[in-house]
Amino acid sequence: MPIKIRLQREDFDAAAEAAALTHGRTDVGALVTFTGLCRGAESGEPIAALTLEHYPGMAEAEIARHVEEALARWPLFGVTVIHRHGRIAPGENIVLVVTASSHREAAFAAAEFLMDYLKTRAPFWKQVESKAGTAWVEAKDADDAAAGRWAKPPGREAAE
Amino acid sequence: MNQRAPMSTMKLVYFAWVRERVGKAEEEIVPPASVTTVAELMRWLRERGEEYAHAFENPKVIRAAIDKSHVRPDTAIAGAREIAFFPPMTGG
Repeated sequence: MPIKIRLQREDFDAAAEAAALTHGRTDVGALVTFTGLCRGAESGEPIAALTLEHYPGMAEAEIARHVEEALARWPLFGVTVIHRHGRIAPGENIVLVVTASSHREAAFAAAEFLMDYLKTRAPFWKQVESKAGTAWVEAKDADDAAAGRWAKPPGREAAE
Repeated sequence: MNQRAPMSTMKLVYFAWVRERVGKAEEEIVPPASVTTVAELMRWLRERGEEYAHAFENPKVIRAAIDKSHVRPDTAIAGAREIAFFPPMTGG
């Protein structure tokens, strides 16, 4: 099964990554591609850029753990996760999740699950650069709530 | 697992505003044997100076990882090679 997890400064090509997951196979009936982009404004204030800091080693490991979890929960044929770090300008890509399955339910659910966990569990931190200077983005309760929907059954690794 | 072996050198790594407040990205420490959990380590660090007191003034908001896995504050630090402290994550 093709599993690709990449952290990089460079941009990615969402269409090429999606095509790679289905290349040469006919069992994929559903392919979900989610791209997260840098908005040009936060709370109505224009921003110059985002800078994403990450914890090298742990970021890859944490994404891999959640990809494993997704594979255990849904019948997937392939997963690609690419997360950029460094300085990212408005309109640029930040993150890509591609999931392939035979049917849409699994592909949609797995992509949403992975994004919810990327936002709350993968060690990345966004800093906003604007006229006013720089400020760290605060974690949103809404993101925790979104991740909470996928709460693991009891008995699993329980770290918050 | 968590035998009380004598504490050896541990690497601490900091990210985002925790890193900025502490004023460094990483350091080597040898905590006293009385410091056994992540929460106790944060309390001990807080006593090391103003920058640490500022970084760890509200330990409830600080997340920790041991050897690149998320841990709770009551997790034992014995045997840890690398302990990371950081704010809640904002990736994706």
